[in-house]
Amino acid sequence: MLSIKNLTVNVNDKQILKGINLEIKPGEIHAIMGPNGSGKSTLSHVLSGKGGYTVTGGSATYQGKDLLEMAPEIRAREGVFLAFQYPVEIPGVSNIYLLKAALNSIRKHHGQPEVDAMDFLTLVKEKVRLLEMDEKFLYRAVNEGFSGGEKKRNEILQMAILEPKLCIMDETDSGLDIDALKIVSEGVNSLRSPERSFVMVTHYQRLLDYIKPDFVHVLANGQIVKSGGAELALELEDKGYSWLEEEAA
Amino acid sequence: MNAPGSLAAYTPSMAISRYAAEYQTIAPALPGQNLPWLQALRAEALAQFSAQGFPSPREEEWRYTNVSGIKKKLFLPSLDLAGSDVDAEWLKSYKLEDAWILVLVNGHFSAEFSVLDGLPEAVTVMGMADALAKQPGTVEKYLGKAADQAEHSFIAFNTAWFTDGLFVHVPAKLVLDKPIQLLHIVTGSDAMATTRNIIIADDMAEAKLIETYVGKDSAYLTAAVTEVFVGLNADVTLYKLQSESEKAYHFGGSYIKQARDARFTHHNFAFGGLLARSDIHVDLDHASECELNGLYLGVKRQHIDNHTRINHLKPYAVSRELYKGVLDDRARGVFQGRVIVAEDAQKTDSQMNNRNLLLSDDAEADTKPQLEIYADDVKCAHGVTVGQLDEKSIFYLQSRCVDEETARNMLTFAFANEMVDKVKIKGLHDRVLEQVLVRFPQQGVNKEWL
Ligand SMILES: Nc1ncnc2c1ncn2[C@@H]1O[C@H](COP(=O)(O)OP(=O)(O)OP(=O)(O)O)[C@@H](O)[C@H]1O
Ligand SMILES: [Mg+2]
Repeated sequence: MLSIKNLTVNVNDKQILKGINLEIKPGEIHAIMGPNGSGKSTLSHVLSGKGGYTVTGGSATYQGKDLLEMAPEIRAREGVFLAFQYPVEIPGVSNIYLLKAALNSIRKHHGQPEVDAMDFLTLVKEKVRLLEMDEKFLYRAVNEGFSGGEKKRNEILQMAILEPKLCIMDETDSGLDIDALKIVSEGVNSLRSPERSFVMVTHYQRLLDYIKPDFVHVLANGQIVKSGGAELALELEDKGYSWLEEEAA
Repeated sequence: MNAPGSLAAYTPSMAISRYAAEYQTIAPALPGQNLPWLQALRAEALAQFSAQGFPSPREEEWRYTNVSGIKKKLFLPSLDLAGSDVDAEWLKSYKLEDAWILVLVNGHFSAEFSVLDGLPEAVTVMGMADALAKQPGTVEKYLGKAADQAEHSFIAFNTAWFTDGLFVHVPAKLVLDKPIQLLHIVTGSDAMATTRNIIIADDMAEAKLIETYVGKDSAYLTAAVTEVFVGLNADVTLYKLQSESEKAYHFGGSYIKQARDARFTHHNFAFGGLLARSDIHVDLDHASECELNGLYLGVKRQHIDNHTRINHLKPYAVSRELYKGVLDDRARGVFQGRVIVAEDAQKTDSQMNNRNLLLSDDAEADTKPQLEIYADDVKCAHGVTVGQLDEKSIFYLQSRCVDEETARNMLTFAFANEMVDKVKIKGLHDRVLEQVLVRFPQQGVNKEWL
């Protein structure tokens, strides 16, 4: 699905990612943990094509194609989805309008006709129920005036409707209370399939109780300093990151 | 009459004397010849215009707007409807359904195109020339009472030259259930349409009116003045849709007097014209409320100037103002908003906002909010922004499969649409929306999905 090789990235001439290697196979769930400022969001952004980052070396191959060559919207249409750590408010563009625009762009990209209006509404309403959201959210401007938790839930709603192949979730669990966390996790679990992969950036092991990862990686100072199974997360919760950073240094 | 080419060497002062000379030929054809008060008013206005000429950028309230383009030309009014070339199909596209419509062609009331049947008997809607013939006493009571021709010479120019206009009188307590549309069209090259409108809503009356300014694709001058009188606890909403030809010059002033507890809402859509200037001046009495909304869209070399003034004269009045501008290419938008709170106007509650979106490096926005507060117990806020589209928002939309150009169009549309959404008359809303979408045509926004 995704193969990252020795990826190095600069922001404003400062090296932030210092040689990332990561192999993600279809159906796998990878958790990425690490201290603040270690480069987790940078990695998520570079994979989804945000501007302002300079790739200075290495590669990212997605489904056999050079991911870093593609425009952000092409990556999205090809199935890469980023659930933002800080979702952006878009005044004046309704949630449902954006969903329709997004879904139809994907369909067009794959040579399919526009979604039927009734089918679309049925699909959207089903997912709204899944995430226990109020239908009114559909007609509000994207994220405008949403609480932190509502914004995160809205990201997962979009993900559920667009059915991406590679789901990158940047701290989706931060700021969620336990009830919201359960709902969001159920939403994510309902999307699990042998063809779909997840990269979950998180600070909290608790998320991994609800969504069980196949691998846990520790990103520190721009490098993956340790990888392991789900049990690594428990160890990290216990011991923090300093022992790993020391090890890496 | 005059070949435009022969005017190339014109100097401004020559232009003014030329207008004054032309006036002598045209004056006998202007309405109200038999009304000494009007003749006196016109003479005074002509004298003022002859002395001052058109407003100059040296005047503080015209400092961003240079009307020398108008001075270089000589626009002449039509004396009647003869020779006006109206394409009925084209006209139809601007007419609202479910409205009473008064059509002015080249500055003259056209009974042929107007739709005035079914008006409640107590309501008067007629051309200004007719009103001067049939109700001169009422017109005298109101004409020039909200618009002060000493203010600047466009108002004086209008007073001297106006050929016709709209006259509306809604009696006390009457609530009009359909809007009244003033459809103002200009069909000739180098033509001038100078119209004077009076709208009176007596105590407790309610009315909605729409001014629509359109013209054939040519250089012409519209100089319109609208005076609005909102009675005690009355409620008037006035929409202005300015879609003049892209070669046209437009001056349109709306001067509003609100009585105690009166409510007035203005929606100003300034889309057309090579150079367009609007004045919206409101006088607020005790506990009256006004809301001024504006949207200006400039492309190519358009220059669009909006000048608002809200006079809080008495206590407890509320004013809300939001003007938004989208400027592309080499277009220039001007917003000058003054709020004046008189010493007596305690407990004034006023908010003024102007936001500008620049889509090109060559576009320009000049914004000048001014608060002049002479009372001490008031709540007044104002804010202005001039900026570009937000890169974070563009990336967010791209990450949701939308290509960059569409994302830019969606965000631009969303910015503008906030003002379109305030239009509560369906037929008008759809027309305004259509015109906004025409400005962002690059398959940006899918109307069916809205
Ligand atoms: N635009 C930028 N300009 C300068 N430095 C930046 C920029 N964006 C990120 N950085 C720096 O890059 C480093 C990595 O930031 P990043 O946001 O990827 O960290 P993170 O691991 O996601 O942190 P957190 O856990 O706090 O979300 C930080 O030191 C940050 O300050
Ligand atoms: Mg982060």
